Order: sequence, then C-alpha cells, then structure tokens
Amino acid sequence: MAAELASQLQLPEVLPSRPHTVRRSVAHVWSGLWPKVGAVVLTVVIWQLVVWSGWKTQTALPGPWLVVERLAGDLRHLDFYAGVGVTLRRAALGYAIAAGAAIVVAILIARIELARRSVGSLLVGLQSMPSIAWFPLAILLLQRSEGAITLVVVMGAAPAIAAGLLSGIDHVHPLLIRVGRAMGADGLSLYRHVILPAALPAFVGGLKQGWAFAWRSLMSAELLVVAANQTSIGQQLQSARNLSDTQQLLAIMIVIFVVGVGVDSLFGTLDKAIRRRWGLLGAES
Amino acid sequence: MRPPLDGRGIVSNLLALSDKHALSVERLTVAYSHGDQLLLALDGATLEVKRGEFVCVVGASGSGKSTLLNVLAGLDRPSAGRAHVHGRVALIFQESALLPWLTAAGNVELALELRGVNASARQKLAYELLNRVHLAGFEKRRPHELSGGMKQRVALARALAQDADVLLMDEPFGALDAISRDLLHEELERIWKESRLTILFVTHNAREAVRLGDRVMVFTSRPGRVAHEVQVDLSRPRSLDSPELAVIAGRITDRLKHEMAV
Repeated sequence: MAAELASQLQLPEVLPSRPHTVRRSVAHVWSGLWPKVGAVVLTVVIWQLVVWSGWKTQTALPGPWLVVERLAGDLRHLDFYAGVGVTLRRAALGYAIAAGAAIVVAILIARIELARRSVGSLLVGLQSMPSIAWFPLAILLLQRSEGAITLVVVMGAAPAIAAGLLSGIDHVHPLLIRVGRAMGADGLSLYRHVILPAALPAFVGGLKQGWAFAWRSLMSAELLVVAANQTSIGQQLQSARNLSDTQQLLAIMIVIFVVGVGVDSLFGTLDKAIRRRWGLLGAES
Repeated sequence: MRPPLDGRGIVSNLLALSDKHALSVERLTVAYSHGDQLLLALDGATLEVKRGEFVCVVGASGSGKSTLLNVLAGLDRPSAGRAHVHGRVALIFQESALLPWLTAAGNVELALELRGVNASARQKLAYELLNRVHLAGFEKRRPHELSGGMKQRVALARALAQDADVLLMDEPFGALDAISRDLLHEELERIWKESRLTILFVTHNAREAVRLGDRVMVFTSRPGRVAHEVQVDLSRPRSLDSPELAVIAGRITDRLKHEMAV
C-alpha cells in the first residue's frame, strides 16, 4: 500500500531498483555454474573409476586424461576445424530452411481453418517421427549428397519450430487481441503489432527445441553419408570407429556435446532475455 | 467509419445522428450461443448519451454491461436492435491490457501509429500524453514494472492517443486499492472536463458510479436492460465519503439488490 501510494505520488526511488555490483554478478554466475561443473566432474570421476576397474583395456576404453590429450592434439590440426566447419555449415543451412518453412506453415495453419484440420494434425505425427526415418527416401531421391543431409535436418527441426510458433499464436491472450482490434488493428497489422510479438516467447521455445532436433538429425545423417570427401564431424566419428581409435572417438563425442550444449545455451539466454522483457519472469526481473 | 456488422442488429456511426447525442442504443439485443443453449446478454437495452456527458452504468455481474461496451466498440455483434456511435471510440478494460513487450511510451505510440500519426511526431506526442496522466519519468518502464494504478494511467493515455470522442470504460478501476482508485477518479474527472469527452463508464460499485456520473443507469441482471435511471445533481468535485453521495448510492444499491432478487 505504501509503495503504491508512493509511486502514485511519483517518487521513483521507492520503486525497486536493480543493484548491479560486480561481486553480485560474479556470485550470480557462479551459483548457476557450479551444479554444471559438479556434474562434469562427477562424470569424469565415474569414467576414471570404470577405467581403473580394469573392465576393458586402455585401448578399448581410454581414461579421461588420454582423451583430453588427444582432443588437445586434434585442436592443433586444421583438418579438425575444417570438419567442424562443414558440419556447422550444414546445421546452419538446414536449420535456416527449417525455420523459414516452419514460419510459413505455422501462420498458414493459424490463419486457415482447413490447413489446421489437415496439416495441423500431421504436424504432431511429424514431430514424433524420428527424422532419420526420412533418410532412406532422401538417399533414393537425392543420392548420398548434401541435399539428402539437409532434407533430414529440415524434417527434424521444422515440425518442432512450427509447433512452437503455432502454440504461441493460439495462446495469445484474447484480451490483447481485443485491445489491438479496439485500437483499430486488423489482419496484417494485428499480426505485426500484437499476435506475433505475443507469440515470440513460445516461438523461441520452439526454435530451441528445433535446434536440438536439427543437431541430432545432422549427426545421424553424417554417420550414414560420406559425401564429397568432406571431413565432417560425423565422418570423423565414423572413421575413428573404423580404425578402432576410441581415444579419437571419445574426443569427437566431446566436441559434439560441447557444440550442442553451446548453441542450446545461446537459445536459453535469448529465451530468458525475452521472458524478462515480456515480464514473464515475475519477481526475478 | 464503422461499417454495419453482420447479423440483424446494426452498429453504425451516423453523422446524421442528432448533434446532441454522442451515442444512442435502441432495443439492443445480444445473444451468445453457449453449447446448444442461447444466452441473452442484453435484451432490448435502450439508452442515449449526450455529447460531453459522463454516464455510469451499474449492474450486477451478468447484466451485460461489458457486452454493451463491446458492441459499441465494434468487438461484438448485436443480434437485434441498433447502436449508433458518433465519432471515434476508445475502450478501456478492467485489466489495463497493455502490451507487455512495449514500454509505457511504446504502448501509447502504437495507438498513435494505428491512428496514422507520423513516425516523427509519435514519441513527442506519447510523452505529452503520459505527462497528462502524471506519468512523466515512467515512459521507458514496461507494464510489469508499473503498479496497477500506473498501468491504468497508461491505458488512459493510450485511449487519449486514439483521439476518441467517446471513451468506453469497463470497470477500469475495479482491481485497484482504494487510494489509487480515488486518485484515478480525480484524474479521470479532470481529463473529462478538459477534453469534453463523452464517457460511458461501467462499474458494479454504486458509490463509484455516483462519484463520477452525471447520470447513473441501473441494469437488470441476465438479460441486461435499463431498469432505472438516476440523475446525479451533486456539485463536482465529489467525495466518495460525502453523506449526500452515500444516500444516492444507497438507493441505487437497494435497487440493484431488488433487481438481483427478481
């Protein structure tokens, strides 16, 4: 009550201000980081214990230290970066096509009742279908080419992105739509000024999930396709297996994990920033 | 400006409407289908509001008060009867219904943009409007950083940005604490006097209606219709706590109870 009265009387200093000291933000970062660091340490410890138990030979299952050494060695080679580059380029291309197609499809479904009843129901099925199931068809249609890989990535990511955007559009608070219409917005301007911004948090959620699917699909596809002598991550993984080089194999697995988590956390940051701006984080903001 | 809507009822914006009247509603009936049932929200409601008049509508929940405003704002369709509005209409909701991703100024600017105001003029105008509702210094805040009373001030500034002739208010202060509400009553009264807006103000609070209105209309419950009309001749500014106001409000409350008991 006092705060309300004070704010009515325009005393801005009574409203909560944001304390931003360096020490506080370091503590904040650490409080978010330590459980993750702990999980990594725990994993490494268990790994090492399994190696020490003598269950497998050092060649079959090398310890963490050997793998890290190998990874450090890989990081000094240009081939390695070329491989990562090829894979990331494929991921970016497939993901961009998926996002573009998903936006168009989601808006069509939201706008046209017939599209909702037809394509809308397919969307759920497509989402639960493992995208690698598209791969045999993709190979028959496009041979073992870049196109086949892209198709699998698109089929993996697009349904999740479209579903995210569609659920965002469907769940816009009806009051906001009434407000927009009462202000004279309709059709396109209602979409531009009210519906799409209101759907943005759910859309970013869909983008995040779509990335996870894209990355998974890409790894599956790269294991199966050896296209145009490109040294992609997936192919490096496969050739390590062929050579029974477990050190190399584990090193590449770590790279796959780090890239996936890294991009995912970018989306996480974006998601949080938007939620904060939209006032969806409550007292935290 | 507002084309007749589908259905048998008509909402129009007739310039031919008598110069004295800002809006007139004739035997307005609105029915909703609820499952296989047909619910009547309004049943033959008739009322007229003069230009520059401040009219309050009091009714229990379910008396179709909000439906009346929605029809006048063009958001709902009448099933039968007519509703005429003279000039532009702006609607203020109970929840401030600000767009949460825009700042206070951004919300006002959007109303200006949709009205067709030049991009270059918008910001200055938005700041002026926020200043008019005593929110100078809060332009860059987002809705979730504002108190309930401040949000309704932004909503008021946004409605003013629509340059409306008629302001329709749907229990706008219902969710506020007593002090914020008191301050906003004064604010609204001041703006109404300065601008000569016509205001149709819906509330379930008889005191609030008598505090603000030149006239108070009491609506029947389910379906809604005008049951009773009270001319409020108390001088302004009025105090919510004055005994004269309490007497009139008491009579209205009795009438409301009577309506609900029927």
